[in-house]
Amino acid sequence: MKVDIILAGVGGQGILSIASIIGDAVLSENLFLKQAETHGMSQRGGAVVSHLRISDSEIASDLIPTGSADLIISVEPMESLRYLPFLSSNGYLVTNTTPFENIVNYPDINDIIAEVKKQPHFVAIDADKIAADLGNKRVSNVVILGAATPFIKITPEKIEAGIKRIFGRKGDKIVELNLKAFKAGLEFALKNS
Amino acid sequence: MHKNLLLGVEAIGQGAIDGGISGVYAYPGTPSTEITEYIQANEITKEKGIRSKWSANEKTAYEAALGMSYAGKRTMVCMKHVGLNVAADAFMNSAITGINGGMVVTVADDPSMHSSQNEQDSRFYAKFAMIPVLEPTNQQEAYEMTREGFQLSEDLGVPVMVRITTRLAHSRAGIKRKEVIAENDLILPSNPSQFVLLPAIARKQYKGLLDKQYLFEQASEDSKYNSFTKGTDKSLGIIACGITHNYLAENYKDDECPYSILKLSQYPIPGKLLAKFEDCCEEVLVLEDGYPIVEEAVKGIFKKDMKVSGRLTGALPRDGELNADLVALSLGKEVEKTVSIPEIVTNRPPALCQGCGHMDMYDALNEAVNVYSKGRVFSDIGCYTLGALPPYKSIYSCVDMGASITMAKGASDAGLIPAIAVIGDSTFTHSGITGLLDAINDKANVVIVISDNEAVSMTGGQESSAVGKIESICEGVGVDPAHIRVETPMRKNHDKMVQIFNEEIAYDGVSVIIFRRDCIQVLAKRKKIKPVSLK
Repeated sequence: MKVDIILAGVGGQGILSIASIIGDAVLSENLFLKQAETHGMSQRGGAVVSHLRISDSEIASDLIPTGSADLIISVEPMESLRYLPFLSSNGYLVTNTTPFENIVNYPDINDIIAEVKKQPHFVAIDADKIAADLGNKRVSNVVILGAATPFIKITPEKIEAGIKRIFGRKGDKIVELNLKAFKAGLEFALKNS
Repeated sequence: MHKNLLLGVEAIGQGAIDGGISGVYAYPGTPSTEITEYIQANEITKEKGIRSKWSANEKTAYEAALGMSYAGKRTMVCMKHVGLNVAADAFMNSAITGINGGMVVTVADDPSMHSSQNEQDSRFYAKFAMIPVLEPTNQQEAYEMTREGFQLSEDLGVPVMVRITTRLAHSRAGIKRKEVIAENDLILPSNPSQFVLLPAIARKQYKGLLDKQYLFEQASEDSKYNSFTKGTDKSLGIIACGITHNYLAENYKDDECPYSILKLSQYPIPGKLLAKFEDCCEEVLVLEDGYPIVEEAVKGIFKKDMKVSGRLTGALPRDGELNADLVALSLGKEVEKTVSIPEIVTNRPPALCQGCGHMDMYDALNEAVNVYSKGRVFSDIGCYTLGALPPYKSIYSCVDMGASITMAKGASDAGLIPAIAVIGDSTFTHSGITGLLDAINDKANVVIVISDNEAVSMTGGQESSAVGKIESICEGVGVDPAHIRVETPMRKNHDKMVQIFNEEIAYDGVSVIIFRRDCIQVLAKRKKIKPVSLK
């Protein structure tokens, strides 16, 4: 068993939280994990990416070779396209559809979504709207995680347990909110993939 | 089961704690920062009172570490690759003094320049100083090498370098820990002149270092981190240094590599192991992240005339970090066919945070200097370096820590007036003070802006050595108090800030303008609120 995941977004959007939830679930499964992160200058509003590799045998490279990722999880639509060279031909692209426009030459969002929809396997979800409907836009990253879960090869229950552990110290309310966000994303993906 | 999911840098921090350090010394610098942060936050650090506060710069950090070693204790000093340039004087000479308590010098290189101005390879420095290097392949080795590095340093009598690159620094994996080694007792060197590098003593000490080289090489021969795996196909042999061994392994996941492999993770290069390897191949490919240091070296060591390829021959790119794909191509293997990035995707460079005081500083600066020709603003290393990019395009230099003040001074000396320096608070105390002294002593006509956000922000908001001290430092160095101006960089103060610029540009002497406002990220962390996103 192996799952190679590219996590994409903009510095500050919370892709590392997604990584730590998956990481926690992976550890509880006795699997191997390697996760390469972007630190430093790019964290200031630049493009950030994390390579997350899960396997039942020892993992060699910290980086995923091109054309072999099983999944791209992106919290920002244009960022989801930046890493397409990593995606395997039967891999899935799961992305938020709400753009993060902190550059003056951000392309037309309709053109971005059209590119996403050209992919053979994709889930395009307006995670910001779902999160806002749940009461807090900040959980949109966990909505995306929910939408990606059918393709991670780890049961939703294990990931929910990860959410409980990661957010546990922030109180029950935050945990509940994140679990709701997770379920909303998961349901969307099951209906729309 | 792997319990501790640690970044490479955190593994090094844990290794140092478990290796029995009494103190860590460092100045923040990506990708090395989190080593010290990890130690600072660790429970054992608090229990044992391990010394871990940030130093003013890498040189002061290095020298303090050497002092701790002199006193018999184990210590680690950490920095990014260019930080070793700052500490180079102490570093080179510490190889000649040798150590008393075990000393590990951890240097994090940044091939591909993810967050740096160059991609220099610290293994060259180690070779220059003639000390051993440990170059971990993975996080577990990073942990173990650091933990055992102090003993190796004590056995060999010199500082030992642990060299990593960004990829390993910022990648997480499960770590198996070992027991914590007890700290050393306070004990002075048995030879009281060991650290006195007067020429007569230095000559003796240097001979001692030369005489010990064979021991260093023997340690590499015996190292469990270096290994030779004999292949079935003699047509090629592969030397895989540090992390590149993973990229090689990635290419032979499903089948055995037919070629002989020399895994190289401890230097100097072990000659006997290399000779064994040489006997089993007719041609050699060298994989190394950084400069082609091994590729160059082995050519002079091999007994037979053998083709050696790598970064120098074009088998691998001359610059940038390696990966499994590049290694595949160098082996003549096919890589997966992939789609390209859609043309619509534009670059998203890092930017100053919404509400950052540097923005207000640049707005005022641009208005004040727009009446002059371009190319008059010299800057430095920090978040404010982003002022080189649109929409500000304010600055014309970023070279090394502190260079804004001295370059502005030199340009002013040449007749470029006004000449303006923009430097951060922490960069100022790191390496700006001596430059300011030069400007004062030379009565230079310069305007120095200290854009003070009271933190080392680019690396994550560490405590700045400058907090509460900048005005008194400037006065102490000799700046006329009438030309030390302080203002809060905010939109509503824009006109006042422009006026301050105009007045100080008109002054023929050294002016220091301090624009002081908290880093928005540090403030948000302190208040535990998220900063608003840019829209």
